[in-house]
Amino acid sequence: MTTIQFDNVWKEYDERIVLERVNLTLDDHEFLVIIGPSGVGKTTLLRMLLSQETPSRGRILIDGEPIAAEPTADRGVVFQRYSVFPHRTVLGNVMMGPQWAQAPLLGRLFGARRRAVEERAMAMLTRVGLAEHAGKYPAQLSGGMQQRLALAQALIMKPKVLLLDEPFGALDPGTRKQMHQLVGELWEENAMTIVMVTHDLPEAFLLGTRVIAVDRPRTDPQAPERFGATIVSDYEAKCRIVRDSRRFEAERTQARLTLVSDSFVSAGGASAPALVKD
Amino acid sequence: MRRIINYAPRPGVRVILAVLPFVLLVGVYFLGSSARLAIDPADKLMPGFASFYASMMRLGTTLDIATKQYLLWWDTWLSLQRLFLGLGISALIGLVLGILVGFVPYLRATFEPFFAAFSLIPPLAVLPILFILFGLGELSKIVLIVFGIAPFITRDVMLRVASLPTEQIIKAQTLGASTWQMIIGVILPQVMPRLIDSVRLSLGAAWLFVIAAEAITAEGGLGYRIFLVRRYLAMDVILPYVAWITLLAFLMDFALRKLAAAAYPWDRIKAA
Repeated sequence: MTTIQFDNVWKEYDERIVLERVNLTLDDHEFLVIIGPSGVGKTTLLRMLLSQETPSRGRILIDGEPIAAEPTADRGVVFQRYSVFPHRTVLGNVMMGPQWAQAPLLGRLFGARRRAVEERAMAMLTRVGLAEHAGKYPAQLSGGMQQRLALAQALIMKPKVLLLDEPFGALDPGTRKQMHQLVGELWEENAMTIVMVTHDLPEAFLLGTRVIAVDRPRTDPQAPERFGATIVSDYEAKCRIVRDSRRFEAERTQARLTLVSDSFVSAGGASAPALVKD
Repeated sequence: MRRIINYAPRPGVRVILAVLPFVLLVGVYFLGSSARLAIDPADKLMPGFASFYASMMRLGTTLDIATKQYLLWWDTWLSLQRLFLGLGISALIGLVLGILVGFVPYLRATFEPFFAAFSLIPPLAVLPILFILFGLGELSKIVLIVFGIAPFITRDVMLRVASLPTEQIIKAQTLGASTWQMIIGVILPQVMPRLIDSVRLSLGAAWLFVIAAEAITAEGGLGYRIFLVRRYLAMDVILPYVAWITLLAFLMDFALRKLAAAAYPWDRIKAA
């Protein structure tokens, strides 16, 4: 369970107001997409969720607790560029998080523990379709592959929240489509919260369960920086009750199937001694 | 007729063109030297290649009476020792200080302006101070090299650390890395190729300081020898020594380049 709450958040740089009166409550397992014109503060909003920047006023709560003052492992991130480490191989990149967690001094594992992490990392790479590129360096990968690597690298840490800052902005349409598919599936599988910034509307409504638009509701032509942007529209793109009932249906079907196959096995097991008895 | 920048030599021609200036230089010297030797066979300013060979054989294969050493090799050994010690210590100081000051904001705010000012002190101007403080022995020579080179390397490493994308540092933090883990896992490996490059760029300056220090006071060394035989106008020793120093510097540069390519293959891939 992860909930995110923005409680009357403002962001100001000196006299310039970027964001004002941002109020938002996000339930568990949502895919929130933030849209809006460029330069309006979408990325600032995401950076505050990442603790890369702090709100000037108001507070941000994750699971009811105030957000940590610096980036931590419970919030993963994929940026548009530079999300992977150029000096490590693809496999090495995915292994970095677990290795850091388990080896505080060297940041490297050896022997059996290393093999265990390697196995997990390879499973992750297979999931995002990069298994055959494990030995390459990121610079040898295409843009889409680098973003998939960045996703794998973030997901292996099992973050509560995954933050995506225009992750598909630099990709060609075909690759972008594949990435949408992958991200959608990963979101379902890992049952986490995703917050994504984009300026592509079809993408927003394809992926998001909730889409918010950020813009300046008021402008003063004499002082364009006097008023900040805020959430101007909040749209439930995929109705929660429909999603929940669909998941419930899927679970029930699954449960029925296992029940049926179980009873088949037990019936078969029970019938054999019965025959002998007769 | 295409533009001149669109004409590129073929690989074979390229090699010939690369060798050409060297051949020209040697040829011009040879012509000048022969012309002078034809007038005065005892000419000291432009001796022939035969006298270079004779002097080098004398310095390289006969035992010097005063020092009980083969002078060419002894000089080379002494100079290289000073150079390597100086460069090694400078690289180490540059790496440690550069990373710490470049990465930790508080250290950066404290020391960046200081380093900027410090690196502008002309090292040769403080050489007398070094001689007074550390005596006339090896220590002052090595301190001179370090003084001259470490600030440059430190600033270069610092700039490299600062130029790493913020995204990488944030990403590392979201993967749970501590400051120390980021230093050894993210910063250090990405700074190393740059460090090797900046050591390569400092080779010329390092030789300058070695020779300058040896010229003033030493018992041996390539620079010492050059400045010693200058009194006798012994161009037959000075010119081969200069060529020898150049060759040594070139080989060191070449070795460092190969080392960087072998140890950090990803850097090459990224550049390509």
